[in-house]
Amino acid sequence: MAKRITIDPITRLEGHGKIEIFLNDKGNVEKAFFQVPELRGFEKFSEGRMAEEMPRITPKICGVCPTAHHMASGKALDDLFHVTPPSSAKKIRELINSAFMAEDHTLHFFFLGGPDFIVGPQAPAGERNILGVIQKVGLDAGKKVINIRKRLRNIITKQGGRVIHPVCNLPGGVSKGVTKEDREEYIQTGKDAVEFARFALKAFEDIVLKNKEYVDVIVGDIYKHKTYYMGLVDEDNKVNFYDGDIRVVDPEGKEFAKFKSREYLNHIEEHVEPWSYIKFPYLKDVGWKGFVDGKDSGVYRVAPLARLNASDGMATPLAQVEYEKMYDILGGKPVHNTLAYHWARLVELLYATERLLELAQDEEILDPDVRNIPTAVPDEGIGVVEAPRGTLYHHYKTDDNGVITGVNLIVATVNNAASICMSIEKAAKGLIKEGKVSEELLNMVEMAFRAYDPCLACATHSLPGHMPLEINIRDHETNIIETVRRL
Amino acid sequence: MAKPKVAFYWCASCGGCEEAVVDLNEDILKVVEAVDIVFWPVALDFKKKDVEAMGDGEIAASFINGAIRTEEQEEMVKLLRKKSGLIVAFGSCSHLGGIPGLANFWNRETIFTKVYKTVPSMANPSGIVPQQKTNIPEGELTLPEFYDTVKTLDQTIDVDYYLPGCAPPPDLIMNAVTAILESKLPEKGAVLAPEKSLCDTCPRGEKKPEKLSIKEIKRPYEIIPNPEKCFLEEGIICLGPVTRSGCGERCINANMPCRGCFGPTKEVVDQGAKGISAIASILGVEDEEKMTEEDTKKLIDQIVDPAGLFYMYSLPSSLLKRKRMA
Repeated sequence: MAKRITIDPITRLEGHGKIEIFLNDKGNVEKAFFQVPELRGFEKFSEGRMAEEMPRITPKICGVCPTAHHMASGKALDDLFHVTPPSSAKKIRELINSAFMAEDHTLHFFFLGGPDFIVGPQAPAGERNILGVIQKVGLDAGKKVINIRKRLRNIITKQGGRVIHPVCNLPGGVSKGVTKEDREEYIQTGKDAVEFARFALKAFEDIVLKNKEYVDVIVGDIYKHKTYYMGLVDEDNKVNFYDGDIRVVDPEGKEFAKFKSREYLNHIEEHVEPWSYIKFPYLKDVGWKGFVDGKDSGVYRVAPLARLNASDGMATPLAQVEYEKMYDILGGKPVHNTLAYHWARLVELLYATERLLELAQDEEILDPDVRNIPTAVPDEGIGVVEAPRGTLYHHYKTDDNGVITGVNLIVATVNNAASICMSIEKAAKGLIKEGKVSEELLNMVEMAFRAYDPCLACATHSLPGHMPLEINIRDHETNIIETVRRL
Repeated sequence: MAKPKVAFYWCASCGGCEEAVVDLNEDILKVVEAVDIVFWPVALDFKKKDVEAMGDGEIAASFINGAIRTEEQEEMVKLLRKKSGLIVAFGSCSHLGGIPGLANFWNRETIFTKVYKTVPSMANPSGIVPQQKTNIPEGELTLPEFYDTVKTLDQTIDVDYYLPGCAPPPDLIMNAVTAILESKLPEKGAVLAPEKSLCDTCPRGEKKPEKLSIKEIKRPYEIIPNPEKCFLEEGIICLGPVTRSGCGERCINANMPCRGCFGPTKEVVDQGAKGISAIASILGVEDEEKMTEEDTKKLIDQIVDPAGLFYMYSLPSSLLKRKRMA
């Protein structure tokens, strides 16, 4: 008897991320679908707007990572107006972006994805949240998390005006410089943030790496996909969040492509399915072969683990040590285990804090010359940054008057859309046998896509995090014959 | 005594309004102590049928953010209306339509064509667009209907109060929660923010000349504005005169002009129309008598994209509501 299983995140009106699993006659998984049931259409309604308003319009794509959109948009405008920001402005932008990456990775590790590990994959769901984390690491440590997140966000508020949807980027620079007084505060925040990141890595080592059961889950086959990886790198092929070239490595870790943001259309194409509002990007030179991994499939992955795989290392000393350690323990590059995203995220947290401190300590950041006024006729611009959840592309075209005539956006999480589908299908296949659905399916499927930290706000507006799930197992006449629920 | 039940819900939004609640930091603990949060999809388990099982009016207050753009959202807010004593429209999208409301310059078809067919990275030779129903060999997959028009919350259900802003600032959120707990709410329909315009509270207000008059319009990227001076005085369009205060002058503090996320002040019906009339009253007034029709047109043409600029946050709530499609 054919069965259909629906996993609905009950959050957000049984929508905004829905999983449908179809079983064959033998009760094994035939196919699984991860559907995204929402769309807003920024690409269309941005047409007709003044180009300089784009850094204020596009952050509304996502209130969780508005800073990443604000940065990609600012860079796209530099390119569009043919203007280079003064060095100080570039550093201020990167400072803001570093603070953002650090606070966002902190949020994910401690509040959203990390509880799976810190509290434990087998722990009751009710304990796998921030309160469970505080219980495990201690109240003082919990306070540390809240405090550092608040101080890092304060840097964005001071420079960007508002932390939810900053407003400071203009073509050719930023609207506001850094005061001496604020800089002192940023240096102190930077120092404390580096210590905090080291504390987070230590906690990961003590709680996760010293526990064989956890390590087995990380390296297990159920969460493994051999794909291509993409990320921004600097001139030494080190990870960079704000600037550089886009580098892609193949499933064996060899450089497959390295290109400038302006060349992205030569390398990326998007596929549409009628059953989801999300699009599925893939590598143009390999081609769309469906939801499969391997060298012959154009599916690639982005975000922390992908960035580390696509680079030759980290640009700051402490993060480099952690980078090497991760690959030593996991058996060299590239690492294909999806759950290693959590570890990579912490290596990046350390890099973001070290970079934040470097920039805050840089004397040039006090230079009041933070804007160059564009003089050329605007036409077309592309801005690419690394958002916490992956490579983010903003591409605008304007008329001579700087009015938007075309917009294309490839948003961080969307790059991972195909691999998220694949990860879910693989987890389902491993856990559903002959019609028997393990209770664990809920946890395991949740862990599979939480590792990507899918900012569905970007793609769908649904926030990641604790996602109550309900699986309905239906017979071929869609009658529910069994319900499995995770509260 | 049982604690009052409170709900947070989100429609077509970005998640920023949820971050705003998390940004209450330590104060969130005070809120948790005082009320019983019966659902909050981002943080807590919640099932639609649990809400359906509640008595009418059982939830003391529901805070709803995001605009209404799919059938599911409409259905859910109608259910919440029935079950809640108070409905608070939370944030610009719910209050005014917000930036996603700019989609009302288009409709479903034009948006789908752009997103799924004509963007430059698209490889879609057979022109596939998402369907409400898709038949696959294994069965049928469904998606909710995407409406042609973005609507505000009060165009969908009866709303008691409005918390403005993109996103609402923490102090106004706390004030609103306190007012509800202490039953010190103003008359129904009120916006829970100061009855002043942004100009009244703007740190640059003192230096604003008695009578403003500007000779030409400048776009924000064209000049480096003096951080002490009124933006309008420098020729940069700022919606401060027609926008409600209470935001903490966040954009002004970053040396950027206001774009109106708090919506209009009490006496204004249409924020965009009022904004246009405010600019008209100061632009080129000194030489008005000497100007030919052509001069006037040139001056007006300096305002690029007036519809998008003056209605950036408020198109769905305005008298215009949307563009009429041919």
